[in-house]
Amino acid sequence: MIDLYLSLPIWVQAAIKGLIAIGFLIPVAGACSLAERKVSAWIQGRPGPNRARAWGLGYIPILGPILQRLGVFHLMADGAKFVFKEDVVPGHVNKFYYYLAPLVALVPSLCTVVVVPFGAYFDAASETLKPLILADVDVGILAVFAIGSLSVYALILAGWASNSKYPFLGGVRASAQLISYELSMTLSVIPVFLWVNAPGPEATLSLFAVVESQSQAGLFGGMWFVFLMPMCAFIFLVSLFAETNRQPFDMPESEADLVGGFHTEYGEFKWSIFFVAEYAHMTIGSAVFVLLFLGGWNPLPWVPLEPLIAGLPVWLGGLLGAAFFLGKTFFFIFLFMWVRWTLPRFRYDQVMRLGWQKLLPLAIANVIFYALAIAVIERS
Amino acid sequence: MSFKTVERKPLTLAERTYVPQILNGLSHTFKKMVKPNETLEYPEARPPIPEGYRGVPTLVKDPNGREKCVSCQLCEFVCPPKAIRIKPGEISADADTAHVEKAPQEFDIDMLRCIYCGLCQEVCPEEAIWLQNVFSVSGYTREELVNDKERLYELGGTLPDEHFKWDKKKAAEEAGNGAH
Repeated sequence: MIDLYLSLPIWVQAAIKGLIAIGFLIPVAGACSLAERKVSAWIQGRPGPNRARAWGLGYIPILGPILQRLGVFHLMADGAKFVFKEDVVPGHVNKFYYYLAPLVALVPSLCTVVVVPFGAYFDAASETLKPLILADVDVGILAVFAIGSLSVYALILAGWASNSKYPFLGGVRASAQLISYELSMTLSVIPVFLWVNAPGPEATLSLFAVVESQSQAGLFGGMWFVFLMPMCAFIFLVSLFAETNRQPFDMPESEADLVGGFHTEYGEFKWSIFFVAEYAHMTIGSAVFVLLFLGGWNPLPWVPLEPLIAGLPVWLGGLLGAAFFLGKTFFFIFLFMWVRWTLPRFRYDQVMRLGWQKLLPLAIANVIFYALAIAVIERS
Repeated sequence: MSFKTVERKPLTLAERTYVPQILNGLSHTFKKMVKPNETLEYPEARPPIPEGYRGVPTLVKDPNGREKCVSCQLCEFVCPPKAIRIKPGEISADADTAHVEKAPQEFDIDMLRCIYCGLCQEVCPEEAIWLQNVFSVSGYTREELVNDKERLYELGGTLPDEHFKWDKKKAAEEAGNGAH
């Protein structure tokens, strides 16, 4: 099996890997929409979707009722519903951009997964930890930012192509908000990479290297960056909320004052593409946060993964690493939903003031502080 | 007029960052999440019905199985939306309860008209019509939603009786007023 895989041309291998990653990400994004409904329900003191029951699966003893209680069949029903709905295009829209916008939303959010490692396995030949990643390129985080920030174009395009006022306002809000918080977000990761790239070996922006530097021996070596640089983690997390358009920063949609914002004029499958893109964006954002600040696939601070899986079969070790990583990522997705029902939405001027007058100066001060601190530490 | 100036303390640094408040809010919502649900899963779980609840009007029998309604038609006359239709009838002379003389031949309550006001129950001299705890009525046709006599007794069942009025009357008739 593995030999057959390795004998395939390199582009076929890449395509297979890519399809597997997408085949994982889209169901996760779908499951997020279910989790969103369930978590909302639990926080509001109700059971949430638990009625739908599929013909075959629902009648399996024990498992069927559990799946039904968790609302898994609602997820399938919701997904299938979107596929079978009539494709309505309002008469006043700009057709080309109207169709383009959902694609522009989905493609970048699925592309970023290429440079995000989602686990690690122990390579017996070289006796080192290798990342489970589609493309282990040195640009790493830069690629995530570069491609991920393209998704703002989707919101602008959707808002503009809809050719009516609420979507337009949503698009304008989206562009201003995403650009404002992009700055703080990028600045907040600079200290991490200053710390990772100790003088000597070749410099890198790869996310794998970040996790590696959180799994060394010693007090500072094994410390996750969330403890080492709590301010960076805080700024990154706040910007992440703004970048993924989650409450309290869901300005582009804000259903109360913009009737859904940029997707007011979208329905059926095109709307669900926006939806999936949003959750994929959230998943990748959480994954990047976990990699940068929460030690990636390391189970606990000061407990690296490598010695744990060194003796295990490759597939088991890889699965274990991926499980730790995904567990943390899913916790962050949960956090997004949890915060949604805790904080009210900001007013738009508050979002702007927070972004430019509070977060950006804080991020700059943070970079200067850590740059100086790292310089002092490196010198001694 | 006396004024009391309330001192407004400036916000502390921690308060201005909102972080403690947000964490407090998060812990609050988390507590809400692990708490048992506030809602009932309706068709399976039903809410407790309080005493004296005015649900669907029904006809009841007394513990001896005698139908209490004597078709006096007071309820029909008092009913504000005119939901009740009664066709009075005679009790046959050889029946055990022949002295009651009358019983409804037909008794229809149109649930599409009924406003659950409870006046029928209030006016009934025989305590024969009761608004009980059924609160959810549904049907596919208009005809289905007219409860006839049979259905009304089925819904009503038997309620305890404090008086046994007609038994006492019969006893008084037979043994004079000294019977009780």
